[in-house]
Amino acid sequence: MAARGDGPWARFRAEFAESRLAMAGLAILLAIAAVSILAPVISPQNPYDLAQLDVLDSKLAPGEVAADGRTYWLGTDDQGRDMLSGIFYGLRISLGVGLASTVFALAIGLVFGLMAAYFGGWVDTLVMRVVDIQLSFPAILIALVLLAVLGQGVDKIIVALVTVQWAYYARTVRSSALVERQKEYIEAARVLALGQSRIVFRHLLPNCLPPLIVVATVQVAHAIALEATLSFLGLGLPITEPSLGLLISNGFQYLLSGKYWISFYPGLALLLTIMSINLVADQLRDILNPRLRK
Amino acid sequence: MLAYAIRRLGQSFFVLVLMSFLVFVGVYAIGNPVELLVNPQADEVERIRATAALGLDKPFLEQYWVFLKGAASGDLGRSFVYNVPALALILDKLPATIELAFVAMVIAVVLGIPLGLVAGLKPDSLLGRGIMAGSILGFSLPTFWVGLVLVMVFSVQLGWLPSNGRGETVALAGVQVSLFTADGLTHLLMPAVNLALFKLSLLIRLTRAGTREAVLQDYVKFARAKGLTQGRVIGVHVLKNILIPIVTVIGLELGSVIAFAIVTESIFAWPGTGKLLIDSINQLDRPVIVAYLLVIVTLFIVINFVVDVLYSMLDPRVRLGGAAAAH
Amino acid sequence: MLRTLRLALVALAALGLPALAPAKDREVSIGLQAAITSMDPHYHNLSPNNSMMLHIFEPLIKRDANQKLVPGLATSWKATDDLTWEFKLRKNVRFHDGSPFTAEDVVFTLKRVPNVPNSPSSFATFTKPIVDVKVVDPHTVVFKTATPHVLLPSDLASVLIVSKANGEKAATEDYNSGKAAIGTGPYKYAEYVPNQRVVLKANFGYWGGEEPWDKVTFKILTNPAARVAALLSGDVQMIETVPTADIGKLSRDPKYSLADKVSNRVIYVHLNQSTDKSPPFVTDKSGKPLDRNPFRDARVRKALSMAINRDAIVDRVMEKKAVSASQLLPDFFYGTSKKLKPAKFDPEGARKLLAEAGYPGGFALTIHGPNNRYINDDKVAQAIAQFYSRIGIDAKVETMPSAVYFTRASKLEFGYMLLGWGTESGEQGSSLRSLLATYDPAKGMGVTNRGRYSNPALDQMLHTALLTMDEKKREAMIQQAAELAMNDTALIPLHYEVSTWATAKGFAYTARTDQYTLATGLRPSK
Repeated sequence: MAARGDGPWARFRAEFAESRLAMAGLAILLAIAAVSILAPVISPQNPYDLAQLDVLDSKLAPGEVAADGRTYWLGTDDQGRDMLSGIFYGLRISLGVGLASTVFALAIGLVFGLMAAYFGGWVDTLVMRVVDIQLSFPAILIALVLLAVLGQGVDKIIVALVTVQWAYYARTVRSSALVERQKEYIEAARVLALGQSRIVFRHLLPNCLPPLIVVATVQVAHAIALEATLSFLGLGLPITEPSLGLLISNGFQYLLSGKYWISFYPGLALLLTIMSINLVADQLRDILNPRLRK
Repeated sequence: MLAYAIRRLGQSFFVLVLMSFLVFVGVYAIGNPVELLVNPQADEVERIRATAALGLDKPFLEQYWVFLKGAASGDLGRSFVYNVPALALILDKLPATIELAFVAMVIAVVLGIPLGLVAGLKPDSLLGRGIMAGSILGFSLPTFWVGLVLVMVFSVQLGWLPSNGRGETVALAGVQVSLFTADGLTHLLMPAVNLALFKLSLLIRLTRAGTREAVLQDYVKFARAKGLTQGRVIGVHVLKNILIPIVTVIGLELGSVIAFAIVTESIFAWPGTGKLLIDSINQLDRPVIVAYLLVIVTLFIVINFVVDVLYSMLDPRVRLGGAAAAH
Repeated sequence: MLRTLRLALVALAALGLPALAPAKDREVSIGLQAAITSMDPHYHNLSPNNSMMLHIFEPLIKRDANQKLVPGLATSWKATDDLTWEFKLRKNVRFHDGSPFTAEDVVFTLKRVPNVPNSPSSFATFTKPIVDVKVVDPHTVVFKTATPHVLLPSDLASVLIVSKANGEKAATEDYNSGKAAIGTGPYKYAEYVPNQRVVLKANFGYWGGEEPWDKVTFKILTNPAARVAALLSGDVQMIETVPTADIGKLSRDPKYSLADKVSNRVIYVHLNQSTDKSPPFVTDKSGKPLDRNPFRDARVRKALSMAINRDAIVDRVMEKKAVSASQLLPDFFYGTSKKLKPAKFDPEGARKLLAEAGYPGGFALTIHGPNNRYINDDKVAQAIAQFYSRIGIDAKVETMPSAVYFTRASKLEFGYMLLGWGTESGEQGSSLRSLLATYDPAKGMGVTNRGRYSNPALDQMLHTALLTMDEKKREAMIQQAAELAMNDTALIPLHYEVSTWATAKGFAYTARTDQYTLATGLRPSK
């Protein structure tokens, strides 16, 4: 269809561009990434600097003009924070928290899941029992303990999210690796006396990845939503530096009273972000999946 | 098979002991329950009395030892707050939560797998794309937000469904169930949908991904070439091969739905264990937290065991306890 | 023909309808914000419980909607000397099981109160001063105290009388199951489901007259949005603690009415004065500790109080459901001073005072507060930080659930602590003793003084007041003590919370200062 380019990169690009939806997703994602990187430059206000906020400008409707003549295009929240600036900055934190926690959790879960499946025996038992414990510990309890011990902050919330999520990956990886391990190509690699780490990471891993990518892309969204939920329960980020999730949960209490903008716009931003990540990820997965090669 | 079951049982026992210890350490790290329980206007004498009454005056390890001794005889302690046996309190609330989780899971499976199959078989059709786009909605908005919007639309604006609580129940083998009364169902619908949304999206996506792979596999092509009907190809060959990851996830999710119905239960004031747990954590009601987790872990262990058995039935390549035998 | 039809209708109405329709009319559901942890009136001294128990049980002395003491099961009481109190009991009062109420029940109650097993917070504090009880006749009791105890009537207003016949062998479980939950109050126990609901039925033989409701269902709706949604969708007819976000909308909607009243709860700031050098989380602007504790300087404390725009907090953060505070209780309560006014918002003056105290460039602090305890607690903390940024103080905000917060605050791990205090006794002397007397828990002084403010002159005044039996003199002393403490900015009072209730059309609630939600205060309105 597209130009039969030279080399894998060009082919990859061509395959990706086959889906217009994925291209649209990529465009939105790039725009969002740009906004979150450039937030300090393009925001009308620094929403984290309390000196720039005025509680007397709180809960202004979108487009309303404040006492000092400034117009808040998306309105303000209950502290007088400009929603537009809040969303720009919040995107940054939410994306960062979502990606970082997913990457760390995925890495940890991958290693343990593969180990459990490949080595079996007591390693498997140990890992899986730890996973059992981890999965049954409520996120809120873990977050509360970490809050009490470590205090509040972006890094701490990432730790909490990783702690909550890694076990999930470990179990998913293990179950697909158990199936793959029995297949001929692993047998073949063993017969060839390849190193164990080589078998695990070069042969086993790539074939376990596809279902994992599905779970992971969903989990980025889930991590962001989980962070929002923790914020909703009062266990999330510092309230003076809101993420999208925190903005939504702050605005949540105004939903019934008609001040929709405090949680609607951050919700919309969150929706766009997650949608674009998934559109891109869906296409990536289809391209990268060795079993979907036509 | 029996040896496998016994080994799992032994491991599970250690999991439970370790778990209870972790909760003890965790609650200890969070704070002092007496700070929350004693009326702030009370004097020092009263504080000391309350600390002793709750057994919190003993050294930490001794407190744990007392708990273990009690647990050995089936007594997981009394709730600090409610002064009733913690286990009884949880078992009392568990049916409501299991019912909610079960209905949510049924909604997710019944809708998720067919929708995922359609999206996977016709990935480029408008319908397929529509399903995928819709599924994104399911997990990109926080549960609490969606829950309240549901209440706003269906209870406040339309007045169709009650906004909170559990409906009329009937006893079924000694357990109160609200699934079989009209009143119970109307109360159940919104929280169950709220809880199901995330799982539904996940199932749609997993099924679609699996289906897309499966239809390209040789055995499916072969089955098609043999002239089998589309229905049979999908029903037998495709579905059977994509079920493994799906069963894992359903197993995991059923557990997590039960364990983490916290937010949904609190928005809909659903009288289950999730609401009890969050209140207990907020009050540092340690006996209830410990008992809750022990019950949930036991539940998880059972579910995982069932999932493993199902694997071996779905896929003969996976043998139970066979991991060790591979070397 | 028409006549027969009308007759038939009347007959029909006589048969079925009146029995059905009014019965439905006489049922109400009320949404509560916190769980009721027991139906034992002596098990857990906790506001939601105390409020619920007042339906079933009654104290000797009741508190009216303004927390003024009024006769309950006692018709009159007086101190016959410094150590002796005589109570006349109400006659012809019957418990729900029909047995008569007598002095023996009072004796039994006082015996039971300090001996409830596993009680996480007992009522013993209120009965402890009483060393001896004498039954003079079935309707007269005499209490003896070891030292003059002027607060005895107020203390006894917190002690609910249980029946001796039913209570003698009863444990907390028997109250929860309803077996022993037999009082003299206007409502009877019908059902108790922990963390879910309490159902009460009218006590038709109540001595105080009949209640308008046959059946009252209290639903536990801890989530504020769920509570409002339940009212809007008609699932309950009244809710307590209306979230401030929804007050504007509900007050404009003719389908609902709001009741509110300033409460006995003050939101205030304790400044940690326990250390010689920097208290925790207080540093200079580069993060280095200060060589002295700025909070020990009255000028700094005053500056921190003046920098806060209380009106803006009340207006914007609290949606007007709060009143700027000048002391620990609104000034219609006992022992409050009318001379005290809320600190005037004056950022310029605050800057000057800071400079005078040796901090011309300000310093840095972290405001710590809970985020699920008081109304909009985390928003108040943020607003304060805004005001401080305008007088050159770098303020950070860290809020956390109360499970974590109060333990750490009691260990003095914070420097600037946002807190609240509800004065259940309704007299300011007790709050001053708890919050501002020099920390000495063994003597019951400064028990909750997390700022560790210490002023011997104040201690002396409070101590003398405690032993003064003359009400006029005592009140003057407490007022003086309050003026001394507040003029020294011993703590920073912010605002008094206003309790709010929202009812559906056709209902009216008599708002109370003690934040209690009582079915007895809910009446049909036309």
